[in-house]
Amino acid sequence: MTAAPALSIPVTPASDPSPAWRLPDRGKVGMMCFIIAESAIFTIFVVAYLFYLGKSLTGPTPRDVLETPIFYTVCLLSSSVTIHLAVKRLTRDGSLSFLLLWLLTIVLGGLFMYGTAQEWRRLIYEHGLTISTNLFGTTYYSLVGLHAFHVTVGLVMLTVVLLLGLAGRIRVAQSARVDVLSMYWHFVDVVWVVVFTVVYVIGR
Amino acid sequence: MTTPALTSIFAPASTPAKSIVDLSFFVLTITGIIFVVVAALLVYAVVKFRGRAADAGKEPPQVYGSTQIEVAWTVVPILVVVILVAATARVIHAIQDAPQPPSALEVTVIGHQFWWEYRYPQLGIVTANELHIPVSDPTRPRPTFLTLLSADTDHSFWIPQLSGKTDLIPNRINRMWIDPQRTGLFLGQCAQYCGTQHAKMLLRVSVDSAEDFDAWSTSQQQAAADSSTVVDGRRAFETAACINCHTIRGTVANGRFGPDLTHLMSRATIASGAAENTAENLRSWLQDPDAIKPGSLMPAMKLSDAELDALVRYMQSLR
Amino acid sequence: MASDAMAIHGAQIDRPTWGETLHVWVTTVDHKRIGLLYILYALLFLVIAGIEALVMRIQLLSAHNDFVSPQVFNQMFTMHGTTMIFFVAMPILFGFGNYLVPLMIGARDMAFPRLNAFSFWLSAVSGFVLYFSFLGGSGLYGAGSAPDVGWWAYAPLTARAFSPGSSSDYWTIAVLVSGLGSVATAVNLIATILCMRCPGMTLGRMPLLTWLYLTMSLMVLIGLTPLSAAQLMLLADRYLGAHFFDTQAGGSATLWMHFFWIFGHPEVYILIIPCFAFMSEIIPVFSRKPIFGYPVMVGATVCIAFVSMSVWAHHMFTIGMNSYANTFFMITTMAVGVPTGIKIFNWLGTMWGGRIQFKTPMLFAIAFLFQFLIAGLTGIMMAAAPFDWQLSLSYFVVAHFHYVIVGGILFALFAAFYYWYPKVTGRMLSERLGQLHFWLFVLGFHITFDPMHFAGLLGMPRRIYTYEPGRGWDAINLIVSIGALIQAVAILVFVVNLILSYWKGARAGKDPWDAWTLEWSVSSPPPAYNFASIPTVASRRPLWDEKHPDDPDSRYE
Repeated sequence: MTAAPALSIPVTPASDPSPAWRLPDRGKVGMMCFIIAESAIFTIFVVAYLFYLGKSLTGPTPRDVLETPIFYTVCLLSSSVTIHLAVKRLTRDGSLSFLLLWLLTIVLGGLFMYGTAQEWRRLIYEHGLTISTNLFGTTYYSLVGLHAFHVTVGLVMLTVVLLLGLAGRIRVAQSARVDVLSMYWHFVDVVWVVVFTVVYVIGR
Repeated sequence: MTTPALTSIFAPASTPAKSIVDLSFFVLTITGIIFVVVAALLVYAVVKFRGRAADAGKEPPQVYGSTQIEVAWTVVPILVVVILVAATARVIHAIQDAPQPPSALEVTVIGHQFWWEYRYPQLGIVTANELHIPVSDPTRPRPTFLTLLSADTDHSFWIPQLSGKTDLIPNRINRMWIDPQRTGLFLGQCAQYCGTQHAKMLLRVSVDSAEDFDAWSTSQQQAAADSSTVVDGRRAFETAACINCHTIRGTVANGRFGPDLTHLMSRATIASGAAENTAENLRSWLQDPDAIKPGSLMPAMKLSDAELDALVRYMQSLR
Repeated sequence: MASDAMAIHGAQIDRPTWGETLHVWVTTVDHKRIGLLYILYALLFLVIAGIEALVMRIQLLSAHNDFVSPQVFNQMFTMHGTTMIFFVAMPILFGFGNYLVPLMIGARDMAFPRLNAFSFWLSAVSGFVLYFSFLGGSGLYGAGSAPDVGWWAYAPLTARAFSPGSSSDYWTIAVLVSGLGSVATAVNLIATILCMRCPGMTLGRMPLLTWLYLTMSLMVLIGLTPLSAAQLMLLADRYLGAHFFDTQAGGSATLWMHFFWIFGHPEVYILIIPCFAFMSEIIPVFSRKPIFGYPVMVGATVCIAFVSMSVWAHHMFTIGMNSYANTFFMITTMAVGVPTGIKIFNWLGTMWGGRIQFKTPMLFAIAFLFQFLIAGLTGIMMAAAPFDWQLSLSYFVVAHFHYVIVGGILFALFAAFYYWYPKVTGRMLSERLGQLHFWLFVLGFHITFDPMHFAGLLGMPRRIYTYEPGRGWDAINLIVSIGALIQAVAILVFVVNLILSYWKGARAGKDPWDAWTLEWSVSSPPPAYNFASIPTVASRRPLWDEKHPDDPDSRYE
């Protein structure tokens, strides 16, 4: 091999990037990737749910015990609207309206969790349906539970942002990151649309 | 044990195995040609285009690609794939969707950790570990259609000379068929890892002539032989909890967890092929199964020497 | 000035203490250090899993051997497979990706450096969790120890009824946690590649290695997660009384198989695609030509990624699916051979008309081409489902996948080691030891894995701790085991080379191979910040443009 000649790759000074060279925001790309991975996990649980429909050997069937949670679904899906508005307000530096809409999002999400808890209480104590009762119990609690876990994590993150916001630390400069978090919340809602359709519409 | 033959997949004795061999020759020929051509080109390239000292410092022509060549070496492989797919699809269908003729013998195979249970619903026979089936004359076929079930974990029934393997999966019913066209002993073993003694879950298939098979099945249909000369052994069997797991037809023993022992002495091996069926091995097995097949699910019953001897005598009466 | 004094009188420099060095390495978020941590971690587990293989090969030297008990043997093949896939291959490939990708795209680090460190430590801990099972796996019933359910952990063997104790849980948790680490690294790689390329480096101008790591990472996102989901279901079965795979309650053993192989097949492409990446960087440099058909190589790889998501049940041809399902998976499996073959032809086309330099990286690359060709062809044989009804679950398939993993992946990794070691350490690996390593390993590899095919053709199933004499398997097994010992010696030579050359190897300089991608434009080893100024590129081979200003690639692309 020839000896490598002295190199002088043309460089542009770091402080003046070519204006035409714009790449996607890594926070958004990272969150999209995470959402894709999580979607794959949910898909497997949905497949298991659909596969085992009608295959339980004993015990209550979906038709026997499920009640469609319309109100709590509306709460959760509305929270997507409120979080979207909240982020918009933040980008325009509307601190108070951002905080109010953000709080409303958390409340709506919390209502949804309350609704889930109510339903599970009813299923366990009135109908005797647990994860070990039969295949329906197994797949129902794991799918809805996995979603509820994701809602919980989301609520925790939203609350952290709320507290930081109340302490005055969330401004326009943080709006990109808050937007990324809202992507996660929208994902959680989309998953609920799928879970709702599979469990309460198709499955009954 | 008779001298085992080579269980080569290329020595088929039954139609499914033969169809597979024919397909495999076709596939091997095509892949062989591909290998020779591509490897030859690689060798040629490595030799012809090796860098020589004289060329040091000079770069060869920088070629970036060629659309025509790319098209060529995309189209040709696609054609090869189409041919292979067509040939293979035919064989899949021929083997899997073969209808069951009325003359077929039906056997239900139930896989256990680590032995094989065989039930012949048409004949009322239950046996274990050594499968007897009639030879199938191509002019008047008498294939054996197997229904495969499992009592515990996954197993796989594989006799290379008779057929490809099919798994035994709990809570699932699988089907396969074989039509061995010559008599003889065909060996195989469980092919799906099922636990500690997967390696010694051996298969022995005895393909008998029509007469021999009828004789065998008639004797298998009988209840256990008279045991008046081995009463002490039989009593030991009944009191040592053996009846919880084993069946001996015509006695109170009707356990299903372990192999049916009604005609134990009609088998050449014990413990699903792990040892020859001799008095000494029987005694050793009864004393401590782990000595022959460590991890098998038969417990050591902690019997005295007298009980062991009596039991062995009883076992040996079960022809 | 104090700094001048330090530069001249080396003895006055305060060398860091062991504690300080340890602290730097444990808390690092630098992609180069994390990459090296992954690689060293993987090499450690390579030796451990290799020893497990040797234990098995010694046990199988002769029929009815009793070197180890069946219980230990069954743990050996489970741990060997699990370790090699999750704690050798995945970490080492992520390690190379971590080190090289930012350098090759002109970036200073990965998109998320702290997530990067977190991913490594997650993976590292999970490996030790798996091996802790040897001590702690007895669990509730004093049964078990290391897992012995095979690396696929088929249901219902993993149910409490058939696997008492905690050994299966060690498998599940260790692999689950390492999977999370892998997904996080994949997220990091994708964000890095999409968002941090230097100016001028459009997607069509980035090195093939980067394209392939991007594809592999996307596959990790949707290929690894099905296994994580299935493992959560298994934990629910074992601890919460769920019935996902509980056949007594109507659960399905085949559902686990589907979920596992929906992961398992893309997984093997996840492992091989980075190796394709190494080949696509090394073969051009040592043939002195650009890669033949760059766009086709990208297209073929993306094609492989998609099609490989549809072939999984070719691992399940024997479970009794109906003829339509078997035919479908036969077709998709045959189809995935087409883009894979195209890649081999393109590497051949790269070498064609070149001036091939037979340095050690290229030796391993050429062996890779032959061996991967053979492995692909035995794969085509098994794609023919009826043929697979004989070959599946036998030593034929063991030979096939070791041909891919050892003959393909490991050889490509060796090539990558010899090629990039100078960049990482500033020293060349010894060519003489490299040649010795190469020829010994080729010898041992073929002595082991060529005859192994015949054991399968003669009816020898896999995962058996012993076999009957007189089946025609005895001599084959003896030869196979001897080859394994030869490979062990070759690995020893490699490790000696790695260590000796670190202190005694010839100084490498920036660009010892006269290569063309950005990592060769910085010092060896690179400074912590990678590039003094972020470069701008105008073609796929920026250093070629520099060295040949009269004939730059940018004119032809």
